[in-house]
Amino acid sequence: MSADGVDLKKRRTLTLATSAVGAVGTGFAIYPFLAAWAPSEKAKAAGAPVEADIGKLEPGQLMRVKWRGKPVWIVYRTDQNLQDLSSLESILLDPDSDDTGQQPDYCKNPERAIKGKYLVAIGICTHLGCSPTYRPEIAPEDLGPEWKGGFFCPCHGSKFDLSGRVYAGVPAPKNLEIPPYQYLSDSRILIGTDGGAA
Amino acid sequence: MKKLIVAFLLAAVPMLVMAAGGGAHLDDADIDLGDQASLQRGAKYFVNYCLSCHSAQFQRYNRMARDLGLTETEVIENLMFTTDKIGDTMKIAMTEEQGTEWFGSPPPDLSVLARARGVDWIYTYLRSFYVDEKRPFGVNNIVFPDVGMPHVLWELQGAQKAVFKLEKDAAGNDVEKFDHFEPVSEGLLSPAEYDQVARDLTAFMSYIAEPIQMERKRLGVWVLLFIAVFFVLSYLLKKEYWKDVH
Amino acid sequence: MSMMKNFMGWIDDRYPMTKVWNEHLAQYYAPKNFNFWYFMGSLALLVLVIQIVTGVWLAMSYKPDAELAFGSVEYIMRDVEWGWLIRYLHSTGASAFFVVIYLHMFRGLMYGSYRKPRELLWIIGVIIYLAMMATAFFGYLLPWGQMSYWGAQVIVNLFSAVPVIGPDLGVWVRGDYVISDATLNRFFALHFLLPFILAALVFIHIVALHKVGSNNPDGIEIKKGPKGNRWSDSAPADGIPFHPYYTVKDIAGVAGFLFLFAAVVFFAPEMGGYFIEHPNFEPANPLKTPEHIAPVWYFTPFYAILRAVPSIAGSAFPGVVAMFASILIMFFLPWLDRSPVKSIKYKGMLYKVILWIFVLDFIMLGYLGVKPTTDLYKLMAQIGTIYYFAFFLLMPIYSKIDKTKPVPERVTE
Repeated sequence: MSADGVDLKKRRTLTLATSAVGAVGTGFAIYPFLAAWAPSEKAKAAGAPVEADIGKLEPGQLMRVKWRGKPVWIVYRTDQNLQDLSSLESILLDPDSDDTGQQPDYCKNPERAIKGKYLVAIGICTHLGCSPTYRPEIAPEDLGPEWKGGFFCPCHGSKFDLSGRVYAGVPAPKNLEIPPYQYLSDSRILIGTDGGAA
Repeated sequence: MKKLIVAFLLAAVPMLVMAAGGGAHLDDADIDLGDQASLQRGAKYFVNYCLSCHSAQFQRYNRMARDLGLTETEVIENLMFTTDKIGDTMKIAMTEEQGTEWFGSPPPDLSVLARARGVDWIYTYLRSFYVDEKRPFGVNNIVFPDVGMPHVLWELQGAQKAVFKLEKDAAGNDVEKFDHFEPVSEGLLSPAEYDQVARDLTAFMSYIAEPIQMERKRLGVWVLLFIAVFFVLSYLLKKEYWKDVH
Repeated sequence: MSMMKNFMGWIDDRYPMTKVWNEHLAQYYAPKNFNFWYFMGSLALLVLVIQIVTGVWLAMSYKPDAELAFGSVEYIMRDVEWGWLIRYLHSTGASAFFVVIYLHMFRGLMYGSYRKPRELLWIIGVIIYLAMMATAFFGYLLPWGQMSYWGAQVIVNLFSAVPVIGPDLGVWVRGDYVISDATLNRFFALHFLLPFILAALVFIHIVALHKVGSNNPDGIEIKKGPKGNRWSDSAPADGIPFHPYYTVKDIAGVAGFLFLFAAVVFFAPEMGGYFIEHPNFEPANPLKTPEHIAPVWYFTPFYAILRAVPSIAGSAFPGVVAMFASILIMFFLPWLDRSPVKSIKYKGMLYKVILWIFVLDFIMLGYLGVKPTTDLYKLMAQIGTIYYFAFFLLMPIYSKIDKTKPVPERVTE
């Protein structure tokens, strides 16, 4: 019963070792609880890739499909629409799609698409998550003479062109997001997976 | 130390003393969940013979593909008849009303049946159908008397009849007791082959009852090893500090 | 270092952090002769925390709805990432809680931890035990399997055995004429609430413990003994600071416990059908009772007592009274024991034999509680029930005539 015999160094080493292993163990124990918040198999199955049949889509027309609960637009752009894209570049925020997070690599082009005619984009405004309105008409009264067709968000007035590229000086900070997708045939596309093409 | 052992015994006794209840004799299923070929065959029999009337509404096809070492394409092409989405669960088209009309009661979902009944029960059940003209489908079952289900595997097994012998019960009355089966007609498979089919099916049903079970045990080994290391360290720490006390 | 000191000073001016630390850990002197049985208190606290954390996480995916409950448990087991582990921790934790608490209570019985001045400590403990049983009972309905359903049906029907108001009481508890969606929903709410009340009771239990100080295997009051040890001149000579000595000891105990606990969770979560019962893998079916229903193992001794008492004039009420009495009688234990010594170490052979038979009796009742009743089993349960009550009711006599040994001045190693 004397304090002199205490091997302080051994005591410190053991305390440190036990604490370290205990901390690692606590980490292991906490991990499953954090992981349990990830989307479940059920949610993943519900969010699985969806097929869309674009065979009946007319030029200038927009169709919507739901993927992971979000609206995905497919727009059949006319040749005129595609020609107009380059004329807008000076008033866009990110005309060259340099923000790599907003589209797969294979859509980093002016059309932001695999096949120029068809735009596939997630119809959620990058500002606060409203769904913008499709406004294909040229130079309507409310959007001004510069308007070459595009998407207008009614919530806070953000504007996007027909490639989903955001205008400069509007609240939305980024281009519309392009989901991963692939063509199964000329008239069928699969949204949500690109088979690893990216 | 002596008291420690006594304490553990005390805690364990209530669980150990309780033996299983009565019922028909069950054969040992002898399944091996590590045998993926057996599970794959079981999956094939299951979707071909069971999945038209029985659902496994908690088992997802893509999970099955992953756990059984199959690709999703293989599962879609060979094992999916009731749906076209790989993320779906094994559901069936038959409604409860139809099931009641056709079989007297709706065929139960089989997702967790292996946990409710035990694998030996399923294995024995699959091999215990016998000819009984009194039943609607002409068959009865030793481990599930007056079962509402027909013998869907009869083509494979062939028909058999049950031989009973008379025994006296405690009150001295004659009772019929099952003795053995006698083949009536040959099936496509030999008895040994048929037993293997039953075993594969049982293994598959054991798998769907708890898809995580193999992974759980694998992980458990590491968890126990880790805790053992922690125990040794904490015990040494305790001994070191308690030098002050002793 | 001085920054840390300043920070603690700032805290201590506003909250008694250092004071609490010292009074309850660093300068809380516990008897130095604690043995194996003294692990159970801290282990019970650990299991309570495990149950609350895993329970809250299960509630994030569970659906308290008669149509969805069974499926949502399987959803947790399969579709939620790591859901299976969280569920098994919770189901194993329920049984582990009772294992630990039964050993904790038995420790109290052996060493007379309920005797003066710890009567209130014991009474709070019995209240905790009651709250635990209620929590476990409500929780057992939630998986909505056959055993959940029919177990709840049988237990709730006990209320219906109460004369006059019984039938109305049963309907009121269920909120329906049978166990139903309404019952499930309210049981879920209560199962979620009670653990927090339990935690509060545990806090009160520890406050009471630290007021009177821990008992020990010798049943000697160290506070009444000589003063002065290596840490303090005014502390009891046989006391050691809880921290670090019992904290490091309890950590080792926790590691040992977790090893056994994990072994069950990962290798035998059903524990042969006693932690998770096989019929509970069939969804609740109000039209079909399973062949044999029995409560979970930790309730079976009391269930055996219930069934052992014959009904009078067709009413099962006497059995119900006996069952509740068998638990409530524990409240009176501090005043039933008249022995001049506390610990079994210094009690005579008479008391030792009676206590060990009581343990065997409790285990036998537990065994009989899961078995179907036969004439023999019923007789055994009746004898067991009589012994159970005799243990308590005759204690004033046998504890007094028992030949005790002299108690030493100081605790022994």
